[in-house]
Amino acid sequence: MTYFNAFIFCGLVCLLGQIILDNTKLTPGHITTIFVVVGAFLDVFNIYDKFVLWAGGGALVPITSFGHLLIHGAMDTVHNFGVMGLFMGMFDLTSSGIVAAIVFSFILSLIFQPRD
Amino acid sequence: MEKKEYNKIVDKYTPSEPKLKNAFIAFIIGGFMGVLGNFLVDIYSYYFNLSTKDASVFMIITLIFLGCFFTCLGFFDKWVNFAKCGLIIPITGFAHAMMSAALEYRKEGLVTGIGANMFKLAGSVIIFGVVSAYLFGLLRLFVMGG
Repeated sequence: MTYFNAFIFCGLVCLLGQIILDNTKLTPGHITTIFVVVGAFLDVFNIYDKFVLWAGGGALVPITSFGHLLIHGAMDTVHNFGVMGLFMGMFDLTSSGIVAAIVFSFILSLIFQPRD
Repeated sequence: MEKKEYNKIVDKYTPSEPKLKNAFIAFIIGGFMGVLGNFLVDIYSYYFNLSTKDASVFMIITLIFLGCFFTCLGFFDKWVNFAKCGLIIPITGFAHAMMSAALEYRKEGLVTGIGANMFKLAGSVIIFGVVSAYLFGLLRLFVMGG
């Protein structure tokens, strides 16, 4: 059942992005940025956590989960350090993704030639 | 008369057809990306005895690797042209943006090319994500108490 929910959730997020892309002049860069901000916003009231429970990994695949993970990392340190914790833990959960993207793209760009 | 009516209907639907088709493809491909993500989470948590949280980190790293690798091989640009938001909105789009920037600016040197330009496309995601997460975190701290 989680697989079905994952399909529906991730599909709907992509569908929404495609509708925005087709009907406005926004570039894909704008859309991913908007979706990250929306993901962070949905976590103010714990809405995105419910999506993650409902759709499992399907809710973690769209870029909206990036905003969700940023705010969750920050909130974990806020419990211990108060307002200063917002600065300390923001990348705790997303560092894996960012580091992986940097390392893989750096190493692979040394190996492969650009293609048109 | 029948032909005119038919043409009217055709005219009415012709411009919106690619949009419908694009939306449908984005939905299907995006849905399968979600299924793949969930499948990887299940696989990792089953075979490596990880918690769901750790397995989802592994899943994100795997998808980023796949996105980077297929961009290097040249497939991914064609797939993005076909599926559009179905592959841009999932985390593979982030990997694709970084990888294509790194490949494109590689000939300008390691530091001034790759180092300076890798985040050219993907940097906005991180910057807006961090700023909005900071502001919404403050909001959540005052509204919900953390």
